[in-house]
Formats: sequence, structure tokens, C-alpha cells
Amino acid sequence: MNWSQAELVAAAYGVVFVFVLVYVAIIAAKLVRLQRETTALLELARGREAAARRDPAAAVEAPNES
Amino acid sequence: MIRSLPGLAAFAAGLMGLGIFLALIVAPEDADQGISQRVFYIHVPIALTAYFCFGLGAWKALLLLWRGDERYDLESYVAIHQGTIFGALTLITGSIWARASWDVWWTWGSNQLVLFLVLFLFYCAYFMLRFSLEEGPRRARSSAVYALFGVVLIPVSFLAIRLAEDFIHPTVFTREGPQMTGTMFATFCVSWAAVTLLAYVLYRVELAGKRLDADLRELREVLQ
Amino acid sequence: MTYLADVAALTHKDLRIELRARDTLPAMLLFVLSTLVVFHFALPEGTGDAAAYGLLWVAIVFTALLGLSRAWVPEQEHGVLDGLVLAPSDRSAIWLGKTLATLAFLVASQVIALPAFVLFFAPLDLVALAGVLLADIGICAVGSLMAAMAAASRSREVLLPLLVLPLTIPLMVGGVGAAISPEGERYLLLLALYDGVFSVLSWASFEYVVTE
Repeated sequence: MNWSQAELVAAAYGVVFVFVLVYVAIIAAKLVRLQRETTALLELARGREAAARRDPAAAVEAPNES
Repeated sequence: MIRSLPGLAAFAAGLMGLGIFLALIVAPEDADQGISQRVFYIHVPIALTAYFCFGLGAWKALLLLWRGDERYDLESYVAIHQGTIFGALTLITGSIWARASWDVWWTWGSNQLVLFLVLFLFYCAYFMLRFSLEEGPRRARSSAVYALFGVVLIPVSFLAIRLAEDFIHPTVFTREGPQMTGTMFATFCVSWAAVTLLAYVLYRVELAGKRLDADLRELREVLQ
Repeated sequence: MTYLADVAALTHKDLRIELRARDTLPAMLLFVLSTLVVFHFALPEGTGDAAAYGLLWVAIVFTALLGLSRAWVPEQEHGVLDGLVLAPSDRSAIWLGKTLATLAFLVASQVIALPAFVLFFAPLDLVALAGVLLADIGICAVGSLMAAMAAASRSREVLLPLLVLPLTIPLMVGGVGAAISPEGERYLLLLALYDGVFSVLSWASFEYVVTE
């Protein structure tokens, strides 16, 4: 393929541009994952709180069952 | 710490935009090399930034070994991660520039390209090292030592490659160093500042992400 | 003075083990000779001596890697390394002892390999030989440290070459340059610089690599 000089210059800058966009995409994916994890942990925390209110004695035991 | 990040990122974006505008439109065209010289404004800053990241990684590594604070391990790792990415970008933009200047996608005659290839291999091995060791102080310290080796390797390799010129690659392409006019120099400085700032912002973002990850993991352990 | 005594004791231990077990050195010897023969078939007709010198260095580096991959095995197998680390001596002495022992094995294998090279391929002058010795020091110094790092990992056989090879590039340049170039002394200086800088770095950082 015969590239003209201008095309190559554009390609060089384009590569950097694309890299930054790919980075944003990766961060976005990570954000989704962290959000999911936070929601799950929130559920867990609420569950523990509810259990503690229902039965204060049992909540004292170490809940390491899973 | 993280509050300043959006502002910093916005500033980096602005500076980058300015840099590209200057590089592609404002800067005068080089008499000898023509339009392909413009790659210089992005390629060299990226290379310098890669060195900067490796240096930052080595500095954090030194702090880890010296002060023993585990936090430096993650900072060193992220810095070297950035450096490796920018190193790969150096090789890619360098290759494109070689194609534009001399019609080849690779040449052993460009000392900087060869040096970056060696460093790229070295730092890829860094990740292999981290990947095959169990998480913990041992991994942190071994990575730190390796990072220090990397930074020492840079000048030694550079010297070796210079000396190797004499007997390994007789075909050395030369680029006339641009007689930089004031505008060219200003463009270069803006681009350099922009790329360095970009790298730093990415470094901070990645670091924040990883710390958040670790915190959530700890939270999960407490709750389960 | 006890530091040097510790180092001597450690090196002596490694040499004694090898003398009794006789597994590493014969392997290195056979490997380097086989490699040289393979190179004869790998080099097409008409390639000059220069290519042979390049391949000599490849042979040396890979033989060294063979020796290094076995360097810490005696310590790993019987938990000896932990014992040594707990001992009151300076831990860098462990590195120095191991480096000297590995160096001894490498040089011993070259006592046979270099004459074989001269016989099969091309002559080696004094500068080239000095280059070999200086590069040996560099490989063993850096290699012992990297081998200790890799020893703790799951995939140590694969990891060691990956860690060591990029670091050997300046040594290759120095060694081949010393053999080929009319200004061989410059390459000896490069090798000496490498040895000085990386030996000190390895010596100083060994402690951090082996302690928990």
C-alpha cells in the first residue's frame, strides 16, 4: 500500500487519539464493574443490618459461613 | 486528592488540543522533510514521557524499599504500566515516522527506536514477573528492585546501542535535525507539556481506580 | 573480614555440592558444545566470521541461563535459603557467594567451549577473551539476582530467561564488539561499566528480594 506523507502523519496522531479513546472505554467498563460490586455490597450491608435488628443476639456471632 | 483530578484532566485536554492545533496547522513546514516532520511533535514528547513514567516508577520503587510503605507498590506499578503503554506508542509513532521519512516500517539504524524496543521487552518482563508472584511484600519488593534495574538499564543500553552502530548496522538513516524556529520550539514545548500532563492524568485515574478496587475488596471481606 | 569468610564459605559449599552431584556443569558443557555444532549447520555457506562471533555470544548467554536456572535449586529444595537469610551474616554475602560459584561454573564450561569455538569457527584474541570474562561477570551478577526473584514464582523456568535476556543486550554488544571491532578496548570499557554498575545494584538489592 502506498501511503502519502500526509496520511502517515494523520495516522500517527490518530493512533494517539484512538489510544486515549480506548483508555476511556476501559475506564468505563471498570466503572460498570465497580458499580455492580458496590450495589452487591450495599445489599449485603442492608441484609446484615436487617438481621441485626431482627435478632440482636445472633448478629454477634461471626457470620463467616459462605 | 481526587478532587483536583477533573480540573487537571480538563486542562490536559485543552493543552492537548492546543498542541495538536499548533503542530498540525500553525507550525511552519520543514524545508527538508516536508509534512512528515510534524510527527516529531507527537513522537518525541511521547518518548520523553515514557522515560518520565519509568523514572517515576523507579522513584516510587525506591521509596518502597526505603520507607517500606506498601502504598508505593501500587504507585510504582501504575507508573510503569503507563510508561510501557507510552513506550509502545513511541514504537508505533516511530515506525510510522520511519515509513514517512525512509519508506521502511522498521530500521535498526534509529538508536531511539532500538532503545525503546529493548526497554519495551524489559518492562514487559516486569509484568510477567508480577503476574507469576503471589501478591504480598515479596512481590512488591522484587518488582521494585526490577524497576530500579530498568532505570539503570536506560543509559547503559543507550551507550551500548551507540557503540553497536560501529559494527552492526552500517546503513544508518539520518534525519536532518530541524533547525527549529521559535514557533517550532514553542509548539514542541506545548506538545511536550500536553503529553506529560496527559500521562500524569491517566496515571492518577488508573491509580484511583485500582485503590477503589482494593477498598471494595476489603469491604466485601468485612461484610461476608 | 567475616564478610569475606562468609562469602568464601558459601561459594565453597556450592562448589562442593556440584563436585559431588555433577549435574550442572556437565550439562552446561554438553549444551554449549552441542549449540556450537548446531550453529555450524545454522550458518549458511559464505557467512563470514562475524556471524560466528555473534552466535558464540548467543551460546554463552544460553549456557549461562542453563546454569542460572539451577543456581538456587539446592537452596530451594531443602529450605536452606530461609536458614541462610535468618543467619546473622549480611544477606548480600549470599548473593556474592552464589554469583562467584555460578561464575566458576560458567568459566569452567568456557575452558572447553572457547577452544572448541576456535577450532570450529574463528580465532579469538586477548581482547575477545577479556570480553568473555567481563561479560561472564555481568551475566552471573545480574542473573543470580533475577534467578532469586524467579525462584519464588510459579513459572520460574520460563520467567528467568524473560527477566535476564533484555539485560544481557549491552553485554552482547560489548562481547561481540570486543571480538570483532579494531577498537575492542572501547567495548571492554562498556563491559566494565556494566559490571560495575549492575554488580553494585544487585549486591545492594539482594536483601530486599529474599526477605519476606
